[in-house]
Amino acid sequence: MAQVTLNKVVKKFDQTEAVRGIDLDIADQEFVVLVGPSGCGKSTTLRMIAGLEETTAGEIMIGGQIVNDLPPKDRDIAMVFQNYALYPHMTVFENMSFGLRLKKFPKAEIKQRVERAARILDITELLERRPRQLSGGQRQRVAMGRAIVRNPKVFLFDEPLSNLDAKLRVQMRTEIKKVHQQVRTTTVYVTHDQVEAMTLADRVVVMNGGRIEQIGTPHELYHAPKTRFVAGFIGSPTMNFIPCRLVEVTGALGVQLAEGLTLPVPSERDPAYRPYAGRALVLGIRPEHITETRAYAAGAEFAMSVDVVEPMGMETIVYFMVDGTEVCARVTPEAALAPGKRMRFLADMRHMHLIDPQSERVIDVPGATRVHGTARVPAA
Amino acid sequence: MSETIPRRLVTPTPAETSGALKGSLYRLSRRRSTTAFLFALPLLSVVGGLIVYPALYAIYLSLLNRTQTKFIGFGNYAFLFTRDTFWAVVEQSCIFALTAVILKALVGIVTAHLVNNLPAKGQRKWRGMLLIPWVIPLSLSTLGWFWLLDPTYSAFNWLFAQIAGPRIPWLSEPNWARFCTILVNVWYGAPFFLIMYLAALKSVPEQLYEAAAIDGASAWQKFLHITLPMMRNVIAITVLFSLIVTFANYDIVRVLTSGGPRNTTHIFATWAFQLGIASGDIPLGASVSLFMFPILGVSAIFILRGVRRRGREV
Repeated sequence: MAQVTLNKVVKKFDQTEAVRGIDLDIADQEFVVLVGPSGCGKSTTLRMIAGLEETTAGEIMIGGQIVNDLPPKDRDIAMVFQNYALYPHMTVFENMSFGLRLKKFPKAEIKQRVERAARILDITELLERRPRQLSGGQRQRVAMGRAIVRNPKVFLFDEPLSNLDAKLRVQMRTEIKKVHQQVRTTTVYVTHDQVEAMTLADRVVVMNGGRIEQIGTPHELYHAPKTRFVAGFIGSPTMNFIPCRLVEVTGALGVQLAEGLTLPVPSERDPAYRPYAGRALVLGIRPEHITETRAYAAGAEFAMSVDVVEPMGMETIVYFMVDGTEVCARVTPEAALAPGKRMRFLADMRHMHLIDPQSERVIDVPGATRVHGTARVPAA
Repeated sequence: MSETIPRRLVTPTPAETSGALKGSLYRLSRRRSTTAFLFALPLLSVVGGLIVYPALYAIYLSLLNRTQTKFIGFGNYAFLFTRDTFWAVVEQSCIFALTAVILKALVGIVTAHLVNNLPAKGQRKWRGMLLIPWVIPLSLSTLGWFWLLDPTYSAFNWLFAQIAGPRIPWLSEPNWARFCTILVNVWYGAPFFLIMYLAALKSVPEQLYEAAAIDGASAWQKFLHITLPMMRNVIAITVLFSLIVTFANYDIVRVLTSGGPRNTTHIFATWAFQLGIASGDIPLGASVSLFMFPILGVSAIFILRGVRRRGREV
């Protein structure tokens, strides 16, 4: 049980900088997910915490102790690899007990610990098998078992689900969450899948180009992204980004998307946006906040001709063009019109974001996360 | 089998289309197994002509008397069992082959590790240089060694003399002579192990070592618990292969010592040559050479059985 602290951590491979100065505080028992596109430095960061890569600069602390110069075996961590990295010549039991046997634990305790972990993961009947005789999901369980038996300070997961098929991935995701709720070990989890990040994490760290874009609860990242990158990375289908101009119409602010299409800005956002009046900005709004007109919902109504229709079953994705930009809306299946037809849409502007195209940052609106519901509080 | 295979595998020849040849010979020629057999025929004839026939002929010869005029059954074998030199050759062959193979394997695994840990840039150069002993024709390089170890002009003894060391009777004292034949064999054969082990080392996934490092394994424990088990099959096969080649070695002993002093360095092949060709008792030479067969056969069965079993495990 321990907290993990990264202090201005830098990693350079020859000339390229993979990680460019990262500060991160992970609380004891917290489940933190590092997420980002490939090459963003998330795996490198994890491997530095594990001690498999040396840090070029900065310091890493586990449980209050600086571990920069400690080899992996002395850091008291356990890691689950993307391709499981099970020892193919050992049985499941031997795989799971390898670390304990190296540390010369008494036989009885090894047996007891392995059996306990096997019970948690439901792999008791597989203990005598070899990795080759297991399915992908079972191997993943064994790899987690190998981590659990050691009872380490920190669990590290390096894209553990990317080798599984979609159905199994969802199942194992729940499994990992369940295990964490039982074992309560500080966990750092790396993935490129934003759904995994959102569902598993107490806090998500979004990385891009070797830097941290934003750290926050899944709720914060979804409702109050700080940069255009985070806004676009989290959520599927991705947020619409529409070039616009912030204009003043008879005292109130409005977002002018095209000639004759101006959507009003909610009055509570007025103070935050007022300094940007008259400037060219980018409107960010999620597809679920553009719907068909609904009698019970307020918002800005406008009409557009439908471009493409994608029925998904419980909802239908409708695309239309605004001044050369494709915009995506999520409507109920009955409301969707055929392509070419003119359809009336409703934009819920309480969920709008304005992005400064120069800095790529979302203009800060105090209290934006509390639009609907309350923010999830990190467990700790 | 052939019934389930699509019948049309080749475009019909003019002879087929004309329907001139519709007999059983034609059907036979269209079977896939027939084609495979025809393709394998050149190799089969080489194996038959150069291996099977000489082996059978050697067995036949070993059952004749010295002048090859009379069938004497197992007389030659019975005679060999009564000869001290024969038992000395058996002993020397085993010592030579086992020591040389074990040393080659050790040298190979150590150098493979060293080369594997070199920076990638210079690695190819080192690998190439270390392979040189293996690519020089063995009888020529052994001749080079002969000059280094020569009783009168030995370069090693000259070097030792510079530092007031002793003069060593490299090839004229039995144990030193045995040592020298093994030394040259190790020098010649270790690169084969090096290249096989290097390939095997590179095929062990890096993540296993990372997982082991996190599990708390030291460098030696990684070698013991990851590298060795992952390489078991390669080690078994190279050892078997090398055991066969080393056991059947001829060049080194022939060039370096000719079996001397006093037959103490003779191994099966050189002694068989000595008896059969040099002394003119071809049936006796054939009987000696046939002794290699059961010894190698038994060790091959044991090692390959281990390989198959592990093949199922991993």
